[in-house]
Amino acid sequence: MSSRYDCVVVGAGHNGLVCATLLARAGRRVLVLEAAPQVGGAAVTREFAPGFRVSAGAHLLPAMSAPLGRELALHRHGLELAAASVPTVALAQDGQCLPLDDDAALAARSPADVAALAAWRALQRRFAQALHPLLTGIPPRLGTQDRADRARLLTLGWKLRRLGRDDLRELLRVGGMCVHDLLEERFELPLLKGALALDAVLGTNLGPRSPGTVASLLYRAAVAPGAGGAMLPAGGLGSFAQALARAARAAGAQLRTAAPVARVQVREDRVTGVVLEGGEEIEAPTVISNADPRTTFLRLLGAEHLDAGFVRRVSQIRSRGMTAKLHLAVDGVPPFSELPPQALRGRLLFAPDSDYIERAYNHSKYRECSEQPVLEITVPSASDPTLAPAGKSVLSIVVQYAPHEVQGGWQGQRQAFTQRILATLERCAPGLSPRVQAAQLLVPQDLEREFGNQGGHWHHAELALDQFMMMRPVPGAAQYRAPVDGLYLCGAGSHPGGGLTGLPGRGCALAVLRRSAEP
Amino acid sequence: MSTTGAKVHDVVIVGGGHNGLVTACYLARAGLTVLVLERQQYVGGAAVSRSLYPGFTYSNCSYVCSLLRTEIIRDLDLPAHGLQIIPYEGGCTMMRDGGHLAVYDNHDAMRREIARHSHHDAEAYERYVRDMLRHCRFIKPLLLREPPDPTSWRLRDLGELAFLARHLYGLGEARIYDTLRFFTMSCADMLEEYFESEIVKAHLSGSSIIGTALGPRSPGSAYVLLHHYMGSIDGAVGAWGFARGGMGAITRAMAASLQASGGAIRTGAPVQQILVRGGRATGVVLADGEEVRARTVVSNLDVKRTFLETVAAGHLPPQFLEQVRRFKIRGSSGKLNIALDALPRFPAIPAGSPAIRGDLHITDTLDMLERAYDDWKAGRWSREPYVDMLIPTQIDPTMAPDGKHYMSVFVQYCPYQLADGEWNEQKRQAFGATVIDAISRHSPDFKDLILHAEIRTPREIESEVGLTEGNIFQGELTFDQLLFNRPIPGFAQYRTPIDSMYLCGSSTHPGGGVMGAPGANAARRILRDLGRGQ
Amino acid sequence: MTPGADTHFTRPLLRTPFHERQMRVSQVDSFVPWSGYTTVDVFTSVEQEYFAIRNSSSLYDVSPMVKYRIRGPDALRYLNRLCTRDIRKLRPGRVAYTVWCDDAGMLIDDGTVFCLGESDYRLCTGEWQLDWLRASAIGFDVVIRDETADLAALAVQGPTAAHLLKGAGIAGIERLKPFEHGEFRLTAPAGGSAPLMVSRTGFTGDLGYELWMSPGDATTVWDALMGFGTSRALRPIGSRALNMARIEAGFILPRVDFTSAAHSLFPGTERSPLELGLAWLVDFGKGHFTGRRALLAEQARGPRRQLVGLDIEGTKPAYQALLYTDRTGRRECGSVTSATWSPTCKRNLALAMVAAPYIAEGSIVWAEIYLNRELQWQRRMVRARVVPRPFFAPERRRATPPADF
Repeated sequence: MSSRYDCVVVGAGHNGLVCATLLARAGRRVLVLEAAPQVGGAAVTREFAPGFRVSAGAHLLPAMSAPLGRELALHRHGLELAAASVPTVALAQDGQCLPLDDDAALAARSPADVAALAAWRALQRRFAQALHPLLTGIPPRLGTQDRADRARLLTLGWKLRRLGRDDLRELLRVGGMCVHDLLEERFELPLLKGALALDAVLGTNLGPRSPGTVASLLYRAAVAPGAGGAMLPAGGLGSFAQALARAARAAGAQLRTAAPVARVQVREDRVTGVVLEGGEEIEAPTVISNADPRTTFLRLLGAEHLDAGFVRRVSQIRSRGMTAKLHLAVDGVPPFSELPPQALRGRLLFAPDSDYIERAYNHSKYRECSEQPVLEITVPSASDPTLAPAGKSVLSIVVQYAPHEVQGGWQGQRQAFTQRILATLERCAPGLSPRVQAAQLLVPQDLEREFGNQGGHWHHAELALDQFMMMRPVPGAAQYRAPVDGLYLCGAGSHPGGGLTGLPGRGCALAVLRRSAEP
Repeated sequence: MSTTGAKVHDVVIVGGGHNGLVTACYLARAGLTVLVLERQQYVGGAAVSRSLYPGFTYSNCSYVCSLLRTEIIRDLDLPAHGLQIIPYEGGCTMMRDGGHLAVYDNHDAMRREIARHSHHDAEAYERYVRDMLRHCRFIKPLLLREPPDPTSWRLRDLGELAFLARHLYGLGEARIYDTLRFFTMSCADMLEEYFESEIVKAHLSGSSIIGTALGPRSPGSAYVLLHHYMGSIDGAVGAWGFARGGMGAITRAMAASLQASGGAIRTGAPVQQILVRGGRATGVVLADGEEVRARTVVSNLDVKRTFLETVAAGHLPPQFLEQVRRFKIRGSSGKLNIALDALPRFPAIPAGSPAIRGDLHITDTLDMLERAYDDWKAGRWSREPYVDMLIPTQIDPTMAPDGKHYMSVFVQYCPYQLADGEWNEQKRQAFGATVIDAISRHSPDFKDLILHAEIRTPREIESEVGLTEGNIFQGELTFDQLLFNRPIPGFAQYRTPIDSMYLCGSSTHPGGGVMGAPGANAARRILRDLGRGQ
Repeated sequence: MTPGADTHFTRPLLRTPFHERQMRVSQVDSFVPWSGYTTVDVFTSVEQEYFAIRNSSSLYDVSPMVKYRIRGPDALRYLNRLCTRDIRKLRPGRVAYTVWCDDAGMLIDDGTVFCLGESDYRLCTGEWQLDWLRASAIGFDVVIRDETADLAALAVQGPTAAHLLKGAGIAGIERLKPFEHGEFRLTAPAGGSAPLMVSRTGFTGDLGYELWMSPGDATTVWDALMGFGTSRALRPIGSRALNMARIEAGFILPRVDFTSAAHSLFPGTERSPLELGLAWLVDFGKGHFTGRRALLAEQARGPRRQLVGLDIEGTKPAYQALLYTDRTGRRECGSVTSATWSPTCKRNLALAMVAAPYIAEGSIVWAEIYLNRELQWQRRMVRARVVPRPFFAPERRRATPPADF
């Protein structure tokens, strides 16, 4: 059996779906092939214990970049929100809590920090607005004679300069800095600093004292400048994926699940289609890979179609995940003693201070799990009761640091690490452990197995200064186009990075359309 | 208050460190009357030779001549004023299991030495050195240039930015990315791209952490390695070496050069305050109340000491002061200067190897260095510190009595502020003991040979040399404090908010090390402002 | 370590298995390093040695040649992706000269590939390549082993080479065709025996063979050859004489005629095989190889410069001379990379990198040469004509069986 499409998208992660939707809308015949039985990649809702459902990968939906949000209009494709803007609450060692958008609560602890936080948020918003254009287009290449590249660079430079002298100076100063130092300069309250630092290191292989963490903080902010906090789709993140799938189908794209791609076909240095694991061949002049760059180039395409130096760079992409996921099925409401009930709908951060995070990070450098891990806790059932049986709760916890490889192997350490996380939770939710009816720990190796991203890294490729922009994932493939004609990348490993932004998918669609406009 | 006659100097330089002397030399050579005021009884700042134990000369702060710019040696005629540099013959990193990785000057010897640990790494080393030299070639022309202000519309800044863009674009696309990646990577990640052997990586990463508040896994640490290679390009043979007579020989030669061109130096003359009238520096007041007047005042002190302690706060915009306060200058290094009764034995180093006449280190793995850094972050000195040892008396007998030896031990990391309270004598001794124990594990007779040991934590470095928090670079070398950000965005061109007052120390671009580039750049800026520039 | 014994920091350069024998015949103590070994630059005099190459036979120690054994199920695919030539066409028993490039299509090095059997190859090259070979191996199931120290090697080159090898006790050598290799046994008339691999390859452009053997057999082979050959004008030669011959043959040398992309420090100093006149080695039709896309783009763009042969007026070799478009020397158009007076052709020859407008055969450029007249230096502008390479290519190099003496 053989069929023909303009574009085949390998992988129905959210970026693959975004890319497929935009291409289908532009009139391309698009087929999306997904290895798993469901679409969504790491945006998936799943039952992990009888009656308990959870977003198994990502558990919050960040605000979407405005142009992309308009293009997709997911609310028209059935996306409903259980919570529109999830507030952030910082948890202290003693269980005390600090809602970050509650000025009065903050003022009670540190009056100076109220003004400092407002000033930083305003500055961060201005930075975000200036940086947003950097994230949303195809990154220009450097050092070429190409006029479009140079024009784009100048435009980006011009937009940055519009920040004004003082802001630009500050951006150029803090841009390469570590978040710990930035927070030391601006804030007093350790709890506040811990919460802000956590946002800078979440999903990365860095600690608050690692230079480049301010950049990752700004990256998060610049995806959707000025937008509200994260959202919780009704029915979990799987609903987000379903809405994307509906948008893609509505645009005319075809979706096939349980259709794992074995390899990308190449003839005379040009992509001609893909072969499924069952041997079925699907022809298409354009193949777009939502897989991580290493999988795409080394497994799906094969080193023999690539230059050796390029392959070496691909093999050196840093993509070791550090982030685990813990799902808890809990009897009753989790006993966060000091937390007002409505705060359970928030994003609860357990990172009491920046040094706590740094200490948690220290272990990961030596391939150990954190002794006292850092947690981003959500109780999705508090906003969306359909996720748990009546009278029960679901906790979805992002845990750092849990290295992809640990000394002695993960096999013997899962139980101990789960216990460590529970012990940490006990401090702010005393009496939680006995109520836990089921617990599921997903370490990076599990995420890797489940979602197929090598290293199990959130961003497919570490979000570090040397893997940003025109170096992401590697020079030579940073404009979404692979060196082999017809092959494109649209996953989190591409510019600008991961985190359910949809921007790599959108950027890739732009690159595909631009290419076909070329002579 | 007394005033030294009616004499108004063209330039007064506050602090006789090597950069102050370099600035002074250039200005004196341009025909200005220059006076250097030094707090101590001797010039040199952190580049000094001191006699702290009878018969011995210690390079008790900086200990190796590696970065001093060729142009400065030439312009100041330093060899004619007595500077002699003896190149290293090698070096060695010793491992806990008795193994070692030596460094040899000879290319083939070095290759075979690495091949003892990994055949692959011996060949990868060629690519590594090639890339280091490429990066050096890129950065070198920037050292003796004034960083442009990227937010300015002035012609000079735009011109300089255009120069930078051309310089970068001249590399061609592939190498531009290599360069950008290199300058943003961690040393550990960068070395992973070349080597497989732990000892090779550990050995090479040692020089990425010296003096910094970073570990080998901190992004931004890779480029610090360039300091190791900067000396070896453009025919600067022997740029890595011992100054005969200790590091003071460098500043003594500078002082002689200054005096030969008509400049004056006053030691034992601590400056209390820089005088400012009508937004203009007019001179300085010494601790004893004496006023020294000058048309231009240049501070060799670090940016904090200059603006927070030597200029009255009222003369500076509050925002600027705020930026000075947040300048990061955490000390991270200690130093032991040890008089030895004889040459200690290091069983790891093979007999007859010249390695012992170079810099000696103790480390096995990157992790060990990283853990040493973790200790510093936690506010304690490293339990297994990274040491950089030199025994210069093996080739320079002037520094110790016959048969006896002086050993310089640089120690990374040692915090300025301890987590468990203030430094005291007991803790200082305990720090020294940690280091001596670490060395003794590799040298059975070392402890018995010690005649005298000077133990210096960042506290001692601060109090003796005047470096705030004992930071040997006068400010950390991180992205936020490099190039146009050094020391303060908008003030990276050696000028200050006060007219006719300048900075010339390592707080300014391109930063620390006995390089002299900040001093030379400051002099060029001053001469240009005075209408004497070329 | 025994006191007084050599170690890498007392004697950084290794000695080849022939070193001791060579020391006995070296008269002028002139050595040069080559890939970690010390090798002979000149034994007696460059002229004597040169004439042995062209008019009798020469013995040159090529043991420092870096040898990599490449085996494994993907060995062929691997080499085909590494090299610019189509290695699929290389049958067991054959040798191919090839080059390999970086991603930008810039030359890393050249060398010979020996097909030893199915999925079993040996790559011989002048300098270390392991770093690049390993990078190229990512995604391929191959095992790469450095065999340099396991194999001693001697080049026997010159019109009487076949006669000499036969006489020294290697039966059947005359059947070996150019770029073939085979297993032989040396049975010396004066006693002594050793298994050998012999390939009909070389770096002189003349009739010649390269003998590959276990280091333990090195002196046996040397003695057998010298024992039979000394009375037949066989001479050990150093690299200086070889250099004259290789220029006549038009062969290029890394660090002399081009800077390897693996070593280049300055941007723009690398050279592509097309620029080096090696387009005949680049097979665009064989499928992907490293640098292919860049080389295709370069081919489409047309050459900017090329390595050409020059025939220069006068007899003074144009070492490192700058080239100009006319006698006035106002506009540069290239520079000489290798130069020699050719005693055989009686011509003043050079290899030169020349800008595109002057690469066609028959083009005239002007070389700036400095003459030393008893320390009175004089500058001369001399005419140089672009001529085809090789400058000297005798038919005897290809004849099978070769002439007997």
